Amino acid sequence: MDALLLSRIQFAANISFHILFPTITISLGWVLLFFKLRYNATGDAAWMRAYFFWVKVFALSFALGVVSGVTMTFQFGTNWPGFMETVGNIAGPLLAYEVLTAFFLEAVFLGIMLFGFRRVSNAVHTLATLLVAFGTTMSAVWILALNSWMQTPAGFEMRDGVAHATDWWAIVFNPSFPYRFVHMLIASGLTVAFLVAGMSALRYLAGDRSASMWKALRTGVFLGAVLIPVQIFVGDLHGLNTLEHQPQKIAAMEANWETRAGVPLVLFAWPDEAARENRFEVSVPYGASIILRHSPDGVVPGLNDFVDNHPPVAPVFWAFRIMVGTGLLMLALSWAAAFFLLRRDRLPKLLAYAYTPMAFSGWVATLAGWYTTEIGRQPWLVTGVLKTADAVTPVPGSHVGFTLAIYLVLYAVLIVVYLGVLTHLALKAAREGDNSPLPGVIDKPMSQPAQAGE
Amino acid sequence: MTLDWPTLLPLIFAGLMGLSILIYVVLDGFDLGIGILFAMADDEEKDTMIAAIGPFWDANETWLVLAVGLLLVAFPIAHGVILTALYLPVFVLLVGLILRGIAFDFRAKVPVHRKGRWNFIFFAGSLIASLAQGYMLGIYVLGLDTGLAAIGFGVLVALCLAASYAAMGAAWLIYKTEDELQRKAVRFLRSALVFTAVGMAAISIVTPFASPRIFDKWFTWPEIALLAPLPLITAALFVWLWFLTLRLPARGDRHSITPFVTLATIFTLGFAGLAYSFYPYVVPERLTIWEAAAAAESLAIILVGTVFVLPVIIGYSFYAYRVFGGKATELTYD
Repeated sequence: MDALLLSRIQFAANISFHILFPTITISLGWVLLFFKLRYNATGDAAWMRAYFFWVKVFALSFALGVVSGVTMTFQFGTNWPGFMETVGNIAGPLLAYEVLTAFFLEAVFLGIMLFGFRRVSNAVHTLATLLVAFGTTMSAVWILALNSWMQTPAGFEMRDGVAHATDWWAIVFNPSFPYRFVHMLIASGLTVAFLVAGMSALRYLAGDRSASMWKALRTGVFLGAVLIPVQIFVGDLHGLNTLEHQPQKIAAMEANWETRAGVPLVLFAWPDEAARENRFEVSVPYGASIILRHSPDGVVPGLNDFVDNHPPVAPVFWAFRIMVGTGLLMLALSWAAAFFLLRRDRLPKLLAYAYTPMAFSGWVATLAGWYTTEIGRQPWLVTGVLKTADAVTPVPGSHVGFTLAIYLVLYAVLIVVYLGVLTHLALKAAREGDNSPLPGVIDKPMSQPAQAGE
Repeated sequence: MTLDWPTLLPLIFAGLMGLSILIYVVLDGFDLGIGILFAMADDEEKDTMIAAIGPFWDANETWLVLAVGLLLVAFPIAHGVILTALYLPVFVLLVGLILRGIAFDFRAKVPVHRKGRWNFIFFAGSLIASLAQGYMLGIYVLGLDTGLAAIGFGVLVALCLAASYAAMGAAWLIYKTEDELQRKAVRFLRSALVFTAVGMAAISIVTPFASPRIFDKWFTWPEIALLAPLPLITAALFVWLWFLTLRLPARGDRHSITPFVTLATIFTLGFAGLAYSFYPYVVPERLTIWEAAAAAESLAIILVGTVFVLPVIIGYSFYAYRVFGGKATELTYD
C-alpha cells in the first residue's frame, strides 16, 4: 500500500479514536456543572456524589482526549505537510485560537475541578467547573469552524497556490459551520445522556438503588429524550445545507446515480460503483425528493453530475444509515424510559438491560456521522482547493505502515482498558452505594428524608 | 533590516515559540522527570510523587501543544520539513506521551492489584518521551542529519536530556516533599546533575563544530567576549548547585525551591545559547524564519489574540500553582 492510503487510514484511526473522548467531555462538563449547581441550590449530598463519580469519568476521558489530541497536532506535519503549506494561513489562526482560548483554560482549571474541592471555596470550585465546560465547548467552536471551512471554504483568495484570508468573519461563519456546530454539540449531549443513563442502568442492575444513581439516571434519560427530536430536526437542516453546498455528498448518501425528479428513498442497497447502480435496492418511492426538496417531483442531484469527482459511495451510504438507525433506537429507548420514570416513577428491568449496552450508542452515531461527512468530502481535503492526494507526506509508506500498526494496537488496548475501568468504577460505586464518607460536603438535613425513604 | 510588520511578525513568533518550548521543557521537564524517578521509589512514595504533579501535568503538556501549534501556524513549511524528517522519533515521543498520560489516570482508577502495571507504564512512558525529545534535539542540532554519527550523538543527547529531566523532577520533589523522600530526592538530584552537565557540555561543543556558520557566530571578536558569560555563569551555577545539594535538606526547609529555580535558570541559559546559534534559521541551514513564515495578515490576527490571552493564561496558571502550593498532600476528588 502507498503512503497516501496508509496516511489516510492512520489519520482516520487517530481522529476516530480522538473524537470519542471530546464527544464525552464537551457535554459531560456541562452535566457536571448541572450536578454542582443542583447541589449548591439544594444542599443535597447525593448531587455531589453524582458529581464525584462522573468527574472521575471526565478525568479519564479528558486524559485520553488530550493524549490523542497531541498526536493530531504532530500528524498535520508528519503526514499531511501539504495541508498547512496550502491552507496554513487559514487553518493556523483557527488552531492557534483553539490552543489559546480553550486548551489552557481546560487544562489549568481541570486540576482545581478534580482535586480542588477541599482546597478552594465552593464558589471557586463551581467556577472552575464552569470554565472547564466552557473551555471544552470553545475548543469545539474553533475546530468545527476549521472543519466546516474545509468542507465549505469561504472568505479567502488563492495567491500563487496558497490560500490567503480576506474575511475572517466569513471564514469562521462559513456556510456549513452553524449547522455542523449545533449538530455536533447535540451529538455530544446525546452521547453523554446515554453514557450517564447507561452506566446508571448498569449500577441499577447491579442492585444499586442509591439517591445519586437515581439522580444521574434521570438526568441522562431526560436529557436524551429532549435532545433526540431536536437532533433529528437539526440533522435535517444540516442535510439541506449540504445539499446546497456539497450536492455530491448528498448524492452518495442517498446512493442516487442519476439526477432526476421523483427520487426514491433508498432504505437498503449495495451500491455498485463499477456498474454505477444499486443492487438489492429496497426503497420508498419519492422519499428522497420529499425529504430533500419537500415535494415528490423535486429534482435531486445524482452522481452522474460528478463523475470522478465524488466520494466512494458505499461507505458514505452505509455510515449515514448507521447514524440514522442509531438515532431512531435512541429515540425509542429514551422516550420509553422517560415515560416510565415520569408516569410510574420506576425503571423496568427490561429497559435497564436495553440501556446498558446503549451507553456507548452515542459513539456509534457520532463516528458514523463523521465518516459520512469526512468520506463524503473526498477526493478533496479542502473542497475545490486541495485534493487529499496532493497534501500527503513524502515519508515512505513502510514507515507509515509501521506506525499505523502500532497505533492500531495501542488504541485497541486503550479502548478495552477504558471500557473496563468505567465498568469497574460503576460496579464499585454500585457496591458502595451512598455510604462512603464525604468529608468536604456539608449535608443539609433536607436531604435526609429522601435517603431514608430508599 | 527594516522594521516593518512582515519582518517583525516572524521574529515575534519565533520568540513566542522559543518561550513556549522553554516553559514546556521546564514545566513538563519536572513531571516527566518524576515519571523517570518512579523506577527508584516504593509504592507509597509513588503516590506522593503523583500528588506533587497531579493538578499540573495537563497544563504543563499544553505548552508543548502551544509550541508545536506555533510552529504549525507561524512556520507551516518548517513544521512539515522538521516533522517529516523526524517522523519516527516523533512517533516514539507520541507513544510515550500517550502511555504516561493515561497511566496517570488509570493507575488511580483500576482495581488495586493492577496498579503496579500502570505505575510501570507511567515510568516507561515518561522515559520514552524524554529520550525521544532528547534524540530529536540532537538530530536537530546537527541540521536534521541522519547519518550514523548523528544518530550516535542523538542517543547521547537523549540520555542526557532524560537525566536532566530526572534532575528537574528531583528538584521539584525537594520542593514538594518532606522527610525520607526529600532526602532521597537530593540523592537523585546529585546523580542526575552529572549527566545534565555532560549533556549540556556535549551540545555546546558539538553545535559550533557541526556548522562553520555557528562557529563563526561564537568564536570571533568581540562576540566571544560578549558571549563568554553565558557558559561561565552556567558552569558556575552547576558547581554552586552541586555544593548546595550537600547541605540539603536544610533546617526549616530553607532553599527547598532553590534547586528547581537554579536548574530552570541553567535550562534558560542553555536555551538562549541554542537560540543564538540557530538564529535566523528555523530549519538549521535550510529555512530562515522569514522564508518559513505564514502570511503576515494571518500572523497579525494570531498575535492580537495572543497579546490578550497569554497574560491571562500565565495569570491563572500561577493561581493554580498557588492553590496546590506547599508540600504535596494526598490527592482526592471529594
